[in-house]
Amino acid sequence: MSAASLPAWVLASSLLPAVLIFLLPESRRRTRTTLNLAAAGLKLVLVAAMSWGVVRNAPHEVRFTMWPGAEFILRGDALACLFAGLSALLWLFTTIYAIGYLEGAPNRSRFFGFFSLCVASTMGIALAGNLLTFLLFYELLTLSTYPLVVHRGTEKALAAGRTYLRYTITGGAALLLGIAVLYSFAGDVEFKETGSLRAVAESQWPLLRVAFGLMIAGLGVKAALVPLHGWLPQAMVAPAPVSALLHAVAVVKAGAFGIVRVVYDVYGIEFARELALLVPLTIAASVTIVWGSLRATQQTDLKRRLAFSTVSQVSYIALGVSLFGPLGTIGGLVHLLHQGIMKVTLFYCAGNYAETLGVHDIRELDGAGRRMPLTSAAFTIGAVGMIGVPPLAGFVSKWYLGLGALEAGHPWVLAVLIASSVLNAAYFLPIVHRLWFRNASAPWPDERSFGRFETSLWFLIPTLATAALTVGAGLFAGMPFSPLQWAMLITRREYLP
Amino acid sequence: MSPALWYALVGALLVAVAFAAFAAHTHVVRRLLAFNVMGTGSFLILVGLAQHERGPDPVPQALVLTGIVVAVASTALALVVFRRWFAATGRVALPEDDTP
Amino acid sequence: MIDAATPLIPLAVVVPLLWAVLTAVRPQVRAAWLVVPGLLAWCTTAALLWSHVRAQGVTQYALGGWAEPLGIGLRADGLAATLTLVTAVIASACALHRLLSPPAEFADHAARWFWPLFFLLGAALDGVWLAADLFNMYVGLELLGLSAVGLVTVAGTTIALAAALRYLLAALLGSLAYLLGVALLYADYGTLALASLANGFTASTTTLVALALITAGLCLKTALFPLHGWLPPAHGAALPPVSALLSALVVKASFVMLLRIWLGPGVSLLVPAVAQGFGVLGAGAIAWGGWQALRHAELKMLVAHSTVAQLGYLFVAVPLLVDASAAARASAWDGVMLQVVAHALAKSAMFLASGALIAAVASYRVDDLAGVSRHMPLALFAFGLSAVSLMGLPPSGGFSAKWMLLQAALASGQWQWVFVLLGGGLLTAGYVFRVFRASFLQGAEDRFTPTPLGWDVVALALAASAILLGVMAVAPLEVLRIGAPPSVGLLLNGAP
Repeated sequence: MSAASLPAWVLASSLLPAVLIFLLPESRRRTRTTLNLAAAGLKLVLVAAMSWGVVRNAPHEVRFTMWPGAEFILRGDALACLFAGLSALLWLFTTIYAIGYLEGAPNRSRFFGFFSLCVASTMGIALAGNLLTFLLFYELLTLSTYPLVVHRGTEKALAAGRTYLRYTITGGAALLLGIAVLYSFAGDVEFKETGSLRAVAESQWPLLRVAFGLMIAGLGVKAALVPLHGWLPQAMVAPAPVSALLHAVAVVKAGAFGIVRVVYDVYGIEFARELALLVPLTIAASVTIVWGSLRATQQTDLKRRLAFSTVSQVSYIALGVSLFGPLGTIGGLVHLLHQGIMKVTLFYCAGNYAETLGVHDIRELDGAGRRMPLTSAAFTIGAVGMIGVPPLAGFVSKWYLGLGALEAGHPWVLAVLIASSVLNAAYFLPIVHRLWFRNASAPWPDERSFGRFETSLWFLIPTLATAALTVGAGLFAGMPFSPLQWAMLITRREYLP
Repeated sequence: MSPALWYALVGALLVAVAFAAFAAHTHVVRRLLAFNVMGTGSFLILVGLAQHERGPDPVPQALVLTGIVVAVASTALALVVFRRWFAATGRVALPEDDTP
Repeated sequence: MIDAATPLIPLAVVVPLLWAVLTAVRPQVRAAWLVVPGLLAWCTTAALLWSHVRAQGVTQYALGGWAEPLGIGLRADGLAATLTLVTAVIASACALHRLLSPPAEFADHAARWFWPLFFLLGAALDGVWLAADLFNMYVGLELLGLSAVGLVTVAGTTIALAAALRYLLAALLGSLAYLLGVALLYADYGTLALASLANGFTASTTTLVALALITAGLCLKTALFPLHGWLPPAHGAALPPVSALLSALVVKASFVMLLRIWLGPGVSLLVPAVAQGFGVLGAGAIAWGGWQALRHAELKMLVAHSTVAQLGYLFVAVPLLVDASAAARASAWDGVMLQVVAHALAKSAMFLASGALIAAVASYRVDDLAGVSRHMPLALFAFGLSAVSLMGLPPSGGFSAKWMLLQAALASGQWQWVFVLLGGGLLTAGYVFRVFRASFLQGAEDRFTPTPLGWDVVALALAASAILLGVMAVAPLEVLRIGAPPSVGLLLNGAP
């Protein structure tokens, strides 16, 4: 195993388990669990090793020619390590959670097989070194998440699956067209810090804008930019670990990450500003942030409220990307990580309530804090972090986004951020209030006992771990290798000297 | 009018008539007959082409010979399949064409 | 090395022909001891021929040492060598599927004729790929039509008999039109060898009538919309391995002939209006076939209509092969070649997987597949992989082909085909996900018939090769460019 092929091994560390798990008989529970956890752990180690290459400024790279003029490139650059690190970490926790969640449920081989395939696609998206390789894994992600969304096999799940496909396949077609248009006059565009399209003749600029619009539209479907977000709330019928995966680790993140790649590593932030591409993106992101928050306040189903919250929060990333200036960039990039950690915590908690108490509706949560103090504490941390209260992770993101807005000369964005924070508070604080300050008025709809702890340890450990990370990412933002420091490292490399 | 042209004209006429019959009929055996007449027409055209001042040309002859072999084989195959179809269903036309 | 007389070329036809005779001597329903060596010999010959052409370039052979016009000239260019190899591989997969079938499949007495007809079909296919003149193509095409019809009847059902009859009538009409056209061409040019016709056709009345007849006949045999009516019933009613062969390869034979004639001597007459006309019919096929596949209740009819749609992509490529810049034409050539191979692999995998699924639930209906995802994960996975290629999603041969056609369309500014290509992909997604939707429903349990595991493995292997073709297309494309028509080959021959 040579060091240069490290990106291929990162990919293989979830692709091979996927194949093995598909082949495992349903009954081999212990083998499957071991395989899952070993692969997740191994991947973390591999991603860490890959990040070391970035620090030494010698990123690992694997490439071969798929057909003349089309390269397959995996490269562990700084941005790739950011996303791969997030996915590897959260995959470990989500795997633990999913093992507990699916205890005794049917079709586990199929579930974990596609689960691993899904993470393999996400790793591919993170490591892709050019647009074609990115597209390849982006579509693979669509295909591997479909079986997870419809996993329960009910009419409702299948209807959600159909909506999911309609949006993502059409989005994929838009992305394909955008990439094809770009390729037709710029050739095989590799991702490169500060971008690589500056050399394109000015007569081609209109086509560059068309390609940008198509690509952002295609990526915007997965990133749930309004009005392309319709699939996300519907996909809530999926099992809780899948929701966590869709919302925090894989799907919406893949879209947001794609936007980051296109703006910084294809067009280059300076060139994108020259083409006047950034302001429309700022506006789209701002509209999404406010609209998602508004819709979240109207939901009474806990998971649906969280879903609309995702719509809103993921667009912070696009917002940061579109604000010209290093501070905005830092805000957007760091939120890629912070939103993942916080949202995954909230979804674990929603799953814990549903699995332990049978609670799905917010109005049934009264007094749950006394029955499940640890889960409720984690939920509170996640919620308060989302609102942006210091010193939690969300605050760091919002602080840099605000500074970035001023730096880019869009002070109105501050109003968007403040409005969003107020709305965040309006839909999260009532839940926190119900958890801690109200008494249970009725027996829990469907209570299960897990012995000594408030819920299964499979659930509790990931929930507490990500909650701790939410606190840590804020408190220790100044330490080396914190998300913030890594985002700063990327930012230093993305702007022209 | 040269003999070659006569052959071609008669052949073309046969093909046209037979094609009309092929399209108009639904009875499988009638369609097969029409196809065979069509084949004969095209062979006439081919043989007409084979007459040169330099004497007979072997290539069109070979084409015709092969064409005849193919026509015989296909007709035989078609009749075998049709007999099985007729034995199984008692119908003489294909389902989509059957307008009783 | 144009004149290297390699015996591999005739062997590619003779080996399957020999086994057609051997299996016909005493027809048996199951004869693995005889069939398997035949398949091995066939695959070996095809692989050797492929690597020979890869190393030496276009290779010709005059059978029996007779020169034109009466001799049988054979010519192996990259396209012929590749398709010969693909034919041997897919035919072997289909044969394995057949050999692994449970005894109930062999009830009909016509089943004894499966193997002779199967090998005859293979010989005819190789004959068409390797033919160097219009007459040999005719002979190959006729043998192909007759053996294909015979194989459809092996299913033994009345539906299959009716479909076979309809198929036969269409095939006969098509080949008669082709024969007439060929005769008229001979009257004009005095030769039928494609090499001697290389100077190109002139726009005489005879030539135009001849080309019209040839094109109509071959389009009928390729089931180009709107002449496709015979295809879905025949491909839907045949046995799964037969459907796989028919959809993957047989319809491609007449398409390859069209390509060789129009891009060879006919290229001067392939004016933009004609080329665009082919494209419009192709677009019609994509739309109509896709729409029919969306609403058909039966699984195999869905897959068969998908073939009609996928053949449309081949014709959409025609305007890009002529009415475009040299670079775009080169890209279109790569695209159409890859589409031929990728569709052959994916569609045969899909038919074999469908056969397994249908046998497992003992119903032809898509809606009856409920719960099959649990019982038949491998077959469904094979179906899924082949669907990825058909939808043109990456990574797959279908995607790479679509990408190259897209590039050709964009480079020549023909945006209409860009939207046809993308729309076709969405339509395909629509109908293949009907199958997944049905299979993920939690249905009643314990009503599945067990099917041989080997069926799933064979289908999976074919589907996986369709996927692999997408990321490892360098070597296949290199070979497929060998001996490409000069009109598209300007950039290809010699350029990287």
